[in-house]
Amino acid sequence: MTDTPLSAPGAGVGRSGRVALWLRGAGGRIVPVLTVIAALIALWYVACIPMNAHQSVLLAERSGAEVTPAAASERRNMGGIALSLRNPGPALSAAFAQDRPVLPAPHQVAVELWDSTAGMRPTSKRSLIFHGWITLSATLAGFAVGTALGILLAVGIVHSRVMDMSVMPWAIVSQTIPIIAIAPMIIVVLYSVGVQGLLPKAVISAYLSFFPVVVGMVKGLRSPDAMQLDLLRTYGATGGQTFWKLRLPASLPYLFASLKIGVAASLIGAIVGELPTGAVRGLGARLLAGSYYGQTVQIWSALFAAAILAAVLVAIIAGIERMLLRRMGLAR
Amino acid sequence: MQATAQGRAPAGSVVEAKALNLTFHTNDGPVHALKDVNLAVERGEFVSFIGPSGCGKTTFLRCVAGLETPTGGSLSVNGLDPDAARRARAYGYVFQAAGLYPWRTIGGNIRLPLEIMGFSEEEKKRRVRDTLALVDLDGFENKYPWQLSGGMQQRASIARALSFDADLLLMDEPFGALDEIVRDRLNEELLSLWARTGKTMLFVTHSIPEAVYLSTKIVVMSPRPGRISDVIDSPLPKERPLDIRDSRDFIDIAHRVREGLRAGMEAA
Repeated sequence: MTDTPLSAPGAGVGRSGRVALWLRGAGGRIVPVLTVIAALIALWYVACIPMNAHQSVLLAERSGAEVTPAAASERRNMGGIALSLRNPGPALSAAFAQDRPVLPAPHQVAVELWDSTAGMRPTSKRSLIFHGWITLSATLAGFAVGTALGILLAVGIVHSRVMDMSVMPWAIVSQTIPIIAIAPMIIVVLYSVGVQGLLPKAVISAYLSFFPVVVGMVKGLRSPDAMQLDLLRTYGATGGQTFWKLRLPASLPYLFASLKIGVAASLIGAIVGELPTGAVRGLGARLLAGSYYGQTVQIWSALFAAAILAAVLVAIIAGIERMLLRRMGLAR
Repeated sequence: MQATAQGRAPAGSVVEAKALNLTFHTNDGPVHALKDVNLAVERGEFVSFIGPSGCGKTTFLRCVAGLETPTGGSLSVNGLDPDAARRARAYGYVFQAAGLYPWRTIGGNIRLPLEIMGFSEEEKKRRVRDTLALVDLDGFENKYPWQLSGGMQQRASIARALSFDADLLLMDEPFGALDEIVRDRLNEELLSLWARTGKTMLFVTHSIPEAVYLSTKIVVMSPRPGRISDVIDSPLPKERPLDIRDSRDFIDIAHRVREGLRAGMEAA
C-alpha cells in the first residue's frame, strides 16, 4: 500500500523552527488585538475631556482662573464638546484626575482595580476579591444547576415528541422576560419561604444559563445524519446505545459552545440578583453602592472586575474544550 | 473466514424477493419505488444493481436491510424476514459515505458494531486486527479518520461491515464519491476480498464498467415505477484482472446493460 497518512502541520519542522512558527503565529494574533486595545484606550482618554468638562471648568473657576462663559447657568446648558473647545486649558488639565468624574480615565480605573485587589486583604469589605468570590460562588452554583437542567431538558426534547412540543416554546418564552423584571420576584418569593443568600442568586443564574445549553444540546444531539442513525439500526443498536455511542459524543462541540455563552450569562444573572435586594456583598452590590454615592471609579472597577471574571471563566471552559476534543481526536 | 462461510448450510437463496412492492406516500401523491420485483440471490454471488436515480436500487437494498418496510409481496433474507435477519446479524451494510465517527480511531470505528453486539474484549481485539488486515489497513488502527485518504476511509468502513462476520454484504454505491483511479483499485481489492471470504455481495452502482467488472449477476433497473428490466448472468471468469475490461465478453455485457438501461428509460 503506497498510501501514507497526511502529516500533521509543522511535523517536518525542527524544534527551533517550530518555536519560530509559534512566535509568528502568536505575533500574528497579538499585534491586531493590542492595536485594537490601544485604539480603544486612546478613544476613552479623548472622551474623558468633554465628558468631564463641566466639572473641570468649575474646578478651574473655583481656583480663580478665567473661564468662558463666566456664568454657571450658561455653562450648564452647553454641551461638553463646546465647553472643552472654549476652555481648552482647564478642560485638558483636569479631565483625568477628578474624584468623582462622569467618566473616569483608564488609569484611574486601573489604580482602583489594583488597590482593591492586590492592595488589601482579600477578606476586607472593600476588596474586589471578596466581592468577586461572593458573586462567583453564586455564578458557579447557578451554572452547574443550569447546565444539568439544560442537558436533561435537551435529552428529553430529543427523545420525546411531547417534550419537544411542550417544553421548547416555554424555554423560549422564559428568555423573553426581562431578567431585571423577574429577578426581584424570584428573590422576594424565595425570601418569603425563608431562602436567602447564595441560593436565590444561583436560581437566577441557572435561569439564564440553562437556555443556551438546551438550544445547543438539542442541536448537537440531533446533529448525527440519517446515515449514521441507519448504520446503528443495521447493528440493532438500542436507543441507549445510540445515545451514548453516537448522539452524546457528536453533541460535545455544540455543548461547549453553549457552555461558554451559559457561564457568561450565569455571571450576569448573579450580578443582577444582587441588585434588587440592595445586597451589601458581591460585585452587584459594589456597582449599586458606587451608583448610590456617585463613586464612578468604583463602578467602573467593579464592572471591569466582572468582565475579567467572565473572560477567565470562558477561557477555562475553552481550555477544557480544547483538551477534551483533542483527546477525542476532534481537534487537530 | 472461508471455513465459516462454507460451514453454514446453504438453505435456499440468501435473498429472495417475490412480487415485492413499495409505495411511498408523499405530499405529491404516492411514489411507486418498487413494483413487482422478483429476484433470487444465491450464496456466494456478486450481484450488482444498476439504473438511473429513482429506479429503486437503493430502496431494494434498504428493504433487504429492514430499513424500509415493503408494502406488498414477500422478502426473505437467509430464510428469515428482514427484521429477524438483522437481529441474527445476517448482513453488513456499507453506505455511500464512509461515515466513520471522527472521535473514534479506525480501530475504534471497527470496534463499534462489536461493542453494540456484545463481543468479548479479547474477541473484539482479534476481530479488529483480522478485519484491518483483510482490507490492507494494518498499522492504521490508532489513526483518526481525518488522517486517512477517502479511499482508505471507505476501506475502513468495509472493514467495519465485515468485522462481525456476516455472510451477506450490502453495499450502496460505496465508491461513488471516489475518483476513478482509486475506484479501480478498490474494485480490484473488493473482488479479491470476495474471492477470499466467499461472501454474498449486493452492490448498488451507477457505473456500467464497475457493475460488469465486479458482478456474477447484473440487475438492470428502470424508474417510475422502480422495477427490474433485465437480469444478466455474467460469463466472465472468476479471476478478473483489470484489463479484462478490454475483452470481447466484457464489451458485449456492457453493451447489453446499456441497452437495458435505454429500453427502461424509453418505456418510462
